[in-house]
Amino acid sequence: MSHTFQQKEFKATESGANAMPSSQPDFIKIRDFDFFYGDSQVLFDLNLDIPKQKVTAFIGPSGCGKSTLLRNINRMNDLIDGIRHNGDITIDDYSIFDPLLEVISLRKRIGMVFQKSNPFPKSIYENIVYSLRVAGRSKKSELDEVVERSLRGAALWEEVKDRLSESAFGLSGGQMQRLCIARAIANRPEILLMDEPCSALDPIATGKIEELIHRLKEEYTIVIVTHNMQQAARVSDRTAFFYLGKLIEYDETQKIFMNPGQKQTEDYVSGRFG
Amino acid sequence: MSNAKTKPFEKNIRPVGEVWVWVTGVGLAVGLFMICFLLAVIAWNGINFFWPKKIAEITLSEDGRSAFRGEHTLPGVIIQRRNLTPENLSPTDSDLIDLAESNRDYMREMMVFTGNRDLFATQNFAFLNMGDIESVAFPDDLIRIERNQWGDAIGRPIAIRTADGNEITADTTDFIKTLRMKVDEVRDRRAEIIRIERRQMGRINSFINREELEIRYLRGLRDPSAAQVVELDQRLQRVEELRAELEPLSHASAALRARQNETQFVFEVVGGVIREQPLGDIINFYFPNKMSLTQRFGWFCWKIWEFLSEHPREANTEGGIFPALFGTFVMTVLMSLAVTPFGVLAAVYLREYAKQGPLVSSVRISINNLAGVPSIVFGVFGLGFFIHEVGAVIDTLFYPRMVAINTPVFGTGGILWASLTLALMTVPVVIVATEEALAAVSRGVREGSLACGASKWQTIQRLVLPAASPGILTGLILAMARGAGEVAPLLLVGVMALAPSLPIDDIFPFVHLDRKFMHLGFHIYIVALHSPDTEATKPLVFASTLVLILLVIVLNLGAIMIRNHLRRKLQSSAF
Ligand SMILES: Nc1ncnc2c1ncn2[C@@H]1O[C@H](COP(=O)(O)OP(=O)(O)OP(=O)(O)O)[C@@H](O)[C@H]1O
Ligand SMILES: [Mg+2]
Repeated sequence: MSHTFQQKEFKATESGANAMPSSQPDFIKIRDFDFFYGDSQVLFDLNLDIPKQKVTAFIGPSGCGKSTLLRNINRMNDLIDGIRHNGDITIDDYSIFDPLLEVISLRKRIGMVFQKSNPFPKSIYENIVYSLRVAGRSKKSELDEVVERSLRGAALWEEVKDRLSESAFGLSGGQMQRLCIARAIANRPEILLMDEPCSALDPIATGKIEELIHRLKEEYTIVIVTHNMQQAARVSDRTAFFYLGKLIEYDETQKIFMNPGQKQTEDYVSGRFG
Repeated sequence: MSNAKTKPFEKNIRPVGEVWVWVTGVGLAVGLFMICFLLAVIAWNGINFFWPKKIAEITLSEDGRSAFRGEHTLPGVIIQRRNLTPENLSPTDSDLIDLAESNRDYMREMMVFTGNRDLFATQNFAFLNMGDIESVAFPDDLIRIERNQWGDAIGRPIAIRTADGNEITADTTDFIKTLRMKVDEVRDRRAEIIRIERRQMGRINSFINREELEIRYLRGLRDPSAAQVVELDQRLQRVEELRAELEPLSHASAALRARQNETQFVFEVVGGVIREQPLGDIINFYFPNKMSLTQRFGWFCWKIWEFLSEHPREANTEGGIFPALFGTFVMTVLMSLAVTPFGVLAAVYLREYAKQGPLVSSVRISINNLAGVPSIVFGVFGLGFFIHEVGAVIDTLFYPRMVAINTPVFGTGGILWASLTLALMTVPVVIVATEEALAAVSRGVREGSLACGASKWQTIQRLVLPAASPGILTGLILAMARGAGEVAPLLLVGVMALAPSLPIDDIFPFVHLDRKFMHLGFHIYIVALHSPDTEATKPLVFASTLVLILLVIVLNLGAIMIRNHLRRKLQSSAF
C-alpha cells in the first residue's frame, strides 16, 4: 500500500549549518546492505545513515559501486535482470523494499540526475514538466510556473527562456545536464540523487551547479557522487569513501579531508592512491 | 639511440582486397541492373499502351503468298517486325528459304494490329511476310474508332448516315466536326444512361435485393407467426413501391438507349469491305496519322486518365481499371489499419514486458518464420478460420435470416477477410521492425522517465513509442509493399474478376466490408491468362502492372512522408 508510505509526515527538524551530524535525524538508513549483479557481489555489508537536508558525497575509485548504491536508493536497479540484495534501506524508517510499496510513489519523492545526461526527445518545456504530466497534472499556469522555477534553480533559465518549445537535443552537453537537473527538481522531490552531475561541465557551469546544490540543500536531501575531491570538499557536509564495494570511512567532510581515520582514505583524497 | 636504418614500408604491389572490391561491386551492379531493367520494361510497355500509334496502310504484291482475306491492301498498326527461323517454318513455306537468297525480307515477318475483330473472325492481328510487302503508307484519313464492343475498328470514313436517311459524306468540309459532335452527343447520352442505370436504378435494385432476401426467408417459413405474415406483406408492398420507382427510370434509360443507335457511321474496312457502325457503340475516335505531337501527348494523358477512372469493358479486356485500383487501395488501407495496432502491441509485449528467455526467443523465431510461410497458406487459413468460423458465427449472430436462406453475408469471401488475411501475413514484418525500433530507444531515456515517477506504460506510451514510431512506420511500409501485390491468398478470401459493386459507395452503410472486390494483381492475372486473345491484352497487362507498381510506390511515399515528418518532429520540437 503506497499511501502508508506517502502519508507519513516528516518530523520537523531544526537546521543549523554547523549542527553536528548526530543532532540531525537520519533520513536514509542503509543497513547490512549487500548487492549482487547475477553472481558477482558489488556491494559488501554497507551501513550508513544519510541525514536530512544535508549534502552527502560518495567518493571512491571507478567501479567501486557508488552508482550502484545510489541507484538502489530509488530502486532504479529493478530494471536489471538477475539482481539480488541482502539487508535493507529505509527512508524515514520505511523500507523501500517493502513488497507493499509502490515503486512509483517512491520515485516520485526522489529526483535523480544520471551520470550520462539523458534528455527526452521532446521540447525543453516538455522535458521539465514530464514528471508533472505523468502524475496527471496539466494545468497550464502551474506547468509554466514549474518550468521557470526549475530552470532558474538549475541556472538555465536565462539561456533557454526564449526557446522552451525547441528540442532538448539542440542544447549543449552542459546545458543538457542542467536540463536534467531542472527536470529532477521539477516535482519538488524530497531527495535528490546526483551521479557525477558535473562530469560534462566546464568550470563556470560547475560553479553554477555547486551554487545550486548549496541552495537546494535547504529543501532537499542530496546525495552526490563525484570524482572531484575539491567539489566533494566544497559542497558536501558528509563524505563516504568506498573502495571495492566496501564502505571504508564515513564522516564529516572536513574530517575526511583534513584528518581521515583510515590510511586508504588519506591516500585517496590526497591523490596518492595506487 | 640505434643508428640502424629504419625498415622501409613494404611496397604495395598488388593492393590487398582489391579483388573483393570488384566482386562485391559487380554483385551490386547486377542487382541494380536487373531492377532497373525490370522497371524500364514495365514502364516502357505500359506507357506505350497509351501512346496513339500511327496507322499504316500496307500494300501487298499481287503475286505474293500473303493476301489478307483476299485483299492486297490493309490498314493496321505495325506492332513489330521479327525474323523467321528456318526451323520454325511450316513445310509449305519451305520455299521461303530459296526466296530469301535473293531477298532477305522473305525471312522476316510483320505483325500488324488490324482491329475490326467483329469482321475478321475475332482475329486482332495479321502476320505478313515482309517479302510480299510492296509499300507502307500513312495516309491522313485513316481513322481509329474505340468501341463498346469488339474492340477497336480501323478504317477509312465514308459517311455519317442519320436516322432520317441523310448522309454526310467524308469529303464534306464539316465531316470531322459533325462526327465529333455526334460522338460527343452519344457519349453524353451514354453517361446519362449509366447515371440512371448504375447509380439510380442500381441503388433501388440494391434495396429491392435486400427486401427480396427477407421475403425469401419469410416465404420459406413453415408456420409464420402473425407478425411475420404482416412483415411479409409490408415487404412485398415495399418491393412494389420500389419497382414503381424503377419504372420511370427504366423508361427513361430505354428511351435514351433507343436514340443511341439512330445514327450510323459508315466506313471502309479493307479493300472494298464496307461496315456500318451504329454510333451508340462508338466511344471515341481519332486520326492518329494527322495528329501533331502536342495532340498526341494530350491524347496520351487523356487515355491514362480514362484507364485509371473507367470501369472495365468486354470482360476486362478493354476500358479502365478503376474498380481494381480502388479495391486494391481500400484493401491495403484496411490491412494497414489492422496490422499496425496488432503488430505494435505484440512487439511491445515481446520487447518491453515479456521476460526475455528461451520461451520469448522461440516465440520470436516462430514469428520470423511466419514471414517465410507461403502466402497461399494464409489464404487457406483465412478461408478456414475467418470465413468458415468467424464469418459463420457473425452470420448466425447478426444475420440469422440470411443463414436460414443460405446466403451468407460474412460467411463468404469479402474485403474484410481479405484484409485480415493479409494483415496476418504481414504482421511478422511489423513485429520485427517494431521490436528493433523499440530496442533502439536508449536505456538512459527509459531510466530517466522511470526516475521521474512514470509507470512502465507511461514510459512506453510517452517516450518509447513516439521515439520508435519512424521504425514502426518502416515496418508498415514493408508490410504494405508485400501486402498490396499479393494475389494468391486473395483468391480464397473474396477477390473477384468482375465485382458488381465497389466496397465503398453511397448506399448505407457506405463501407461494405462484406463485399467481394476487385484487385489489380488478380486483374492482371485474369487479363493476361483468361482473355480470349492474350496477344491483344498484353499491353493492358503491362499498363495494369505499371499502375500496381505506382500504387505501391504512392502508398509507400505516403508512409515515408509521415515517417519523415515524425522524425523531424522528434528531432526538433514539441512532441
Ligand atoms: N548492469 C550491470 N551488470 C553487471 N555488473 C555491473 C552492472 N553495472 C555495474 N556493474 C559492475 O558493478 C561494479 C560497480 O559499478 P558502478 O557503476 O556502481 O561503479 P561506480 O563506482 O559508479 O564507477 P564510476 O565511478 O566509474 O561510475 C563495477 O564492477 C561494474 O562493472
Ligand atoms: Mg558511476
